[in-house]
Amino acid sequence: MAQIIGLPKLSPTMEEGVLVKWIKGEGDAVEPGDLVAEVETDKANMDFNLEDEGVLLKLLVEEGDTVKLGAPVAILGEEGEDIASLLTEVDAMRAGGGQAAVPAAESAPPAAPSAAPPAPTAPPAPTAPAAVAAQPAAAPAPSSGRVLASPLAKTLAIELGIDLRTIQGTGPGGRIVERDVRAAAQGAPSAAPAVPAVAAPTPAAAVPAAAVPAVAAPTPAVAQVPAARETSLAVVPPAAPPRLAETDSDYRDEPLSGVRKTIAQRMLAAKRDIPHFYLTRSFDVAAMLAFRKRLNELLDGRGKVSVNDLIVKAVALALRRVPECNASFMDAVIRYHNRVHIGVAVASDRGLITPVVRDADLKGLSVIAAEVRDLAQRARDRRLKVHEIQGSTFTVSNLGMFGIESFQAIVNPPEGGILAVGTVVDQPVVVDGELTVARRMTVTLSCDHRVIDGALGARYLAELVELLEKPESLAL
Amino acid sequence: MPIISMREALNQAMNEEMERDPDVFLMGEEVGYYNGAYKVSQGLLQTFSERRVIDAPIAEMGFAGIGVGAAMVGLRPIIEFMTFNFSLVAIDQIVNNAAKIYQMSAGQFCVPIVFRGPGGPAVQVAAQHSQSLESFYANVPGLKVVMPATAYDSKGLLKTAIRDDNPVVFIESETLYGVTSEVPEEEYLIPMGKGDIKREGQHVTLVAWSKMVHTCLDAAGELATMDIEAEVVDPRSLRPLDNEIITDSVRKTGRCVIVEVGWPHCGFGAEIAFQVQRDCLDHLDAPVERVTSDDVPMPYALNLENEVQPQVKDVVAAVKRVLYLE
Amino acid sequence: MPSIYPLARTCNGYAQYIPRSIVRPRQLSYPSRPMSTPEQARIDPVDEEPEPVTKEELMPLYRQMLAIRRLEEASAKAYSQGKIGGFLHLVIGQEAVCVGAIATIGQDDYVVATYREHGHAYAKGIPARPILAELFGKKTGLVKGLGGSMHLFDKETNFLGGHGIVGGHVPIGAGAAFKAKYRGEKRVTLCFFGEGASTIGGFSEGVALTALWKLPMVLICENNLYSMGTPLYRSLAVEDVSMRALSHGMARDRFDGDDVIKVKRRIAVAVERARETNEPTLVEVRTYRFRGHSMSDPGLYRTKDEVAEWKRRDPIRHSRQRLVEDCGVGEEELKELENEVKAEIADAVRFAEDSPPADEYFPYVIKE
Repeated sequence: MAQIIGLPKLSPTMEEGVLVKWIKGEGDAVEPGDLVAEVETDKANMDFNLEDEGVLLKLLVEEGDTVKLGAPVAILGEEGEDIASLLTEVDAMRAGGGQAAVPAAESAPPAAPSAAPPAPTAPPAPTAPAAVAAQPAAAPAPSSGRVLASPLAKTLAIELGIDLRTIQGTGPGGRIVERDVRAAAQGAPSAAPAVPAVAAPTPAAAVPAAAVPAVAAPTPAVAQVPAARETSLAVVPPAAPPRLAETDSDYRDEPLSGVRKTIAQRMLAAKRDIPHFYLTRSFDVAAMLAFRKRLNELLDGRGKVSVNDLIVKAVALALRRVPECNASFMDAVIRYHNRVHIGVAVASDRGLITPVVRDADLKGLSVIAAEVRDLAQRARDRRLKVHEIQGSTFTVSNLGMFGIESFQAIVNPPEGGILAVGTVVDQPVVVDGELTVARRMTVTLSCDHRVIDGALGARYLAELVELLEKPESLAL
Repeated sequence: MPIISMREALNQAMNEEMERDPDVFLMGEEVGYYNGAYKVSQGLLQTFSERRVIDAPIAEMGFAGIGVGAAMVGLRPIIEFMTFNFSLVAIDQIVNNAAKIYQMSAGQFCVPIVFRGPGGPAVQVAAQHSQSLESFYANVPGLKVVMPATAYDSKGLLKTAIRDDNPVVFIESETLYGVTSEVPEEEYLIPMGKGDIKREGQHVTLVAWSKMVHTCLDAAGELATMDIEAEVVDPRSLRPLDNEIITDSVRKTGRCVIVEVGWPHCGFGAEIAFQVQRDCLDHLDAPVERVTSDDVPMPYALNLENEVQPQVKDVVAAVKRVLYLE
Repeated sequence: MPSIYPLARTCNGYAQYIPRSIVRPRQLSYPSRPMSTPEQARIDPVDEEPEPVTKEELMPLYRQMLAIRRLEEASAKAYSQGKIGGFLHLVIGQEAVCVGAIATIGQDDYVVATYREHGHAYAKGIPARPILAELFGKKTGLVKGLGGSMHLFDKETNFLGGHGIVGGHVPIGAGAAFKAKYRGEKRVTLCFFGEGASTIGGFSEGVALTALWKLPMVLICENNLYSMGTPLYRSLAVEDVSMRALSHGMARDRFDGDDVIKVKRRIAVAVERARETNEPTLVEVRTYRFRGHSMSDPGLYRTKDEVAEWKRRDPIRHSRQRLVEDCGVGEEELKELENEVKAEIADAVRFAEDSPPADEYFPYVIKE
């Protein structure tokens, strides 16, 4: 019996997705677990696996189409089966905004065939290699907002440092069970591959996916390239200004990508809902630069530590010293995080992404450096797994490489703060009554005032500056 | 090491203990000249005479109570119920007297008595003769409840039970009387409250006692062909219960299936399930499963009787459920 | 004349006849006149010559009965003050039975009793102090506050308990007797129970096995005419409980229980029989409790007149009278004894009140 296949929920917050690429074509046989398509969600490119057996009789959407969750994408059945009635049903569903059963349900046999191929609603998105093996939920995802996981899965997740919200459960009702966590820990899809969590995280706990705090208007600055140019953040090459034909309009409408849409929604919400305030400090970076130079000499080509890596480490250690800043406003409670996960803003051609350095306070500088470099590269390649962009407790945004002296970032909810890092500037300073030149850097801490008060934020910045002015302490 | 049946093992245990302690006597219906309805007491009358192997008329409440009274004043009776179904007419003596006198007398009178006999379904003996009453007795403070599954366990545990200063409900299984195992010739005792791993495995813990140990071992064999290694834990006594051996196993496997031939509602497995969730919550990957008989009085017809009781396939299915393999 | 078998009701179209003996006047309301008078309940002739007695024999028995009565009166008072809780069953009025019977045995012999056993415990030699402390729920109680009124046990005096389940203790008594026979000891067991127990299985099985195995036990039915609130004729087809012995080929006896000396003499015969031949005896003693079944019993099932009439047969008054009339004991000596008893019980009450509360219960669940 043929059935209509609807678009499955592939991420906790997904409401729609772009069908990036069909892996299977019409007439192809599929078995349970087969990858049939790649879907771009608000989080990442996800695999769309089928859990049924049969032949793909009809593909109902084209590559690049944006599809609502549950909307029909294909018809699965047996070879040669008549699907005319199903096609009618698909039309009816589209007209009525109805949904196909997810992932599949037997359809009622309705009336006459009238199959019009659906019009694409969005230009094809550039295909990208599937970052994460995906599999539709075994059952419709519950919308309770809870992560359903067995106690053992929860225990294991803590042990292995896995964010349960990033895992698709394969147990009953989408329960995350031991094998799901183990598969996620191995990073590779196994018999039961790790896929995005089946249940939406609680709104307050939701970490913006690929979103990075937007940047406030940069202050004009001396375009001074920092002595140590960052390698972990890529500069987006300027695109050539488009030639305008006489008849073209003065603008171009670009459909929002999933990433862009998420950034827009979340940044708007953050700026609207979070009472921000900002604390700025500048400090001498001579010792830090010398320390970095010495580290890189020691590494002797086996890796490279950037100024940003030092800052990530310092931010993490400062959170250990002032743990009240490692906190989230959760409506009813303030959640103090026991672990320090630092989000690092990375520019990509789709927008800013914030991969997470987990337990950054516990990791050595070379480990952080390697991790950030790897995450940044994969962010640009869109090969980040969902769990690698979730779960940060504090974020560092560095625009120093663009010559930005200082700026104010938007807090990345549910974090309590974000540090905006500017470039290194030669500044005149008075030392012992003498005017001299010093190399200085300016950082601005944006705080969620519901969690962090002014004095607390100031204390945090003081600890941070102390760590960076005495960078040897980062190695302690 | 000699291989003997559970029937012989129980007989040896009584023989040795009666030999050892002149205060031990056996009383029950048909235990003497008939040699026991299930021949467990075979030959004891010849060895120990009518004075110590006493055929009782059909009066369970009476002779169970005589056992309790005799135990209070220093004897060590073994009261045999032809089947534990008949213990229900004596349950006043077991629950109201045997279990309580030590406490009611503030420790002045203890009641060293063993109530033993076959319990649980045999084959086609229908509703009144096919009951598993261990959950009844295990509910009572002051009683100990033992349910051995092998000849070796039976002998070591019965000897311990006879020497125990407390009332012990020792429930055998008619269907296991012929089951054989190696039993050493030299004397040994098995403490109550110490379970036994009947088979090791790392994927799932099967908890079972008495007859169901064998069902679980069969199921474990079948599961092994699917690369599932089940650990079969036999607590051997339900009160005291070796909670540690169960929780250690569940902490290792993360999954627990409790198999009992009794009824589901308020069955002893529910108590184990409670203890497992309390002590192993963070180790559980799936809800604790129970496999029990159906919630019905036992029907007579063989096919129905089998259907009511837990079978190997039911155990296998439950294991698959906790492993999310369905 | 009505027929012998009055028409009761029809069933399946056939008339059902019920023997007249069990068709009794229906009591639709509480009795307005006595249902059992001492004369109706009497077994022995009124003009029967009392057993000859000496002061030496009677004085200690009188003292025991009096102490039991004072002890129970003190208990009733403490109960009304909330110092004793739960069930409290008083033996007041029946003292001659337990005192007379237990006077025939020694410390090594066993006594098993019901939940109405304060008197039996005292008669067996347990002092008033631990009995009252137990009733008060104190640590110094006979069973450390774990048993209360219904569960007095004492290993030292071989008192095998007050038992709360009617009839369930009869096999236990048989068990104690079994042990005596098994070990060849010349110990006798006295097992007390009410006539209400004679209808329950534990009693029947206990009697059957005691008779079958010839266990050295004397089964003493304290027939106080009411099983709780139900009079004899509504609970027993044959009101003579000792008749149960006949079907088991067991010796039996039956007599009135207001003369402690008579109780002692008649029970002594049965005890002797048990001790020498292991033959058990089933004895019924007619008696009457003056108080309710328990403290919560208003006694509406019998009239005040009935109780008052029975009180004229009060065994304690009876004994006192005999001490004065037959033994020539002076009023002064009796007063002295009575004051001594009063002091003993008052001391026991103080002891119970001043004792620390019960404080442990886990050690006695399972013997390690």
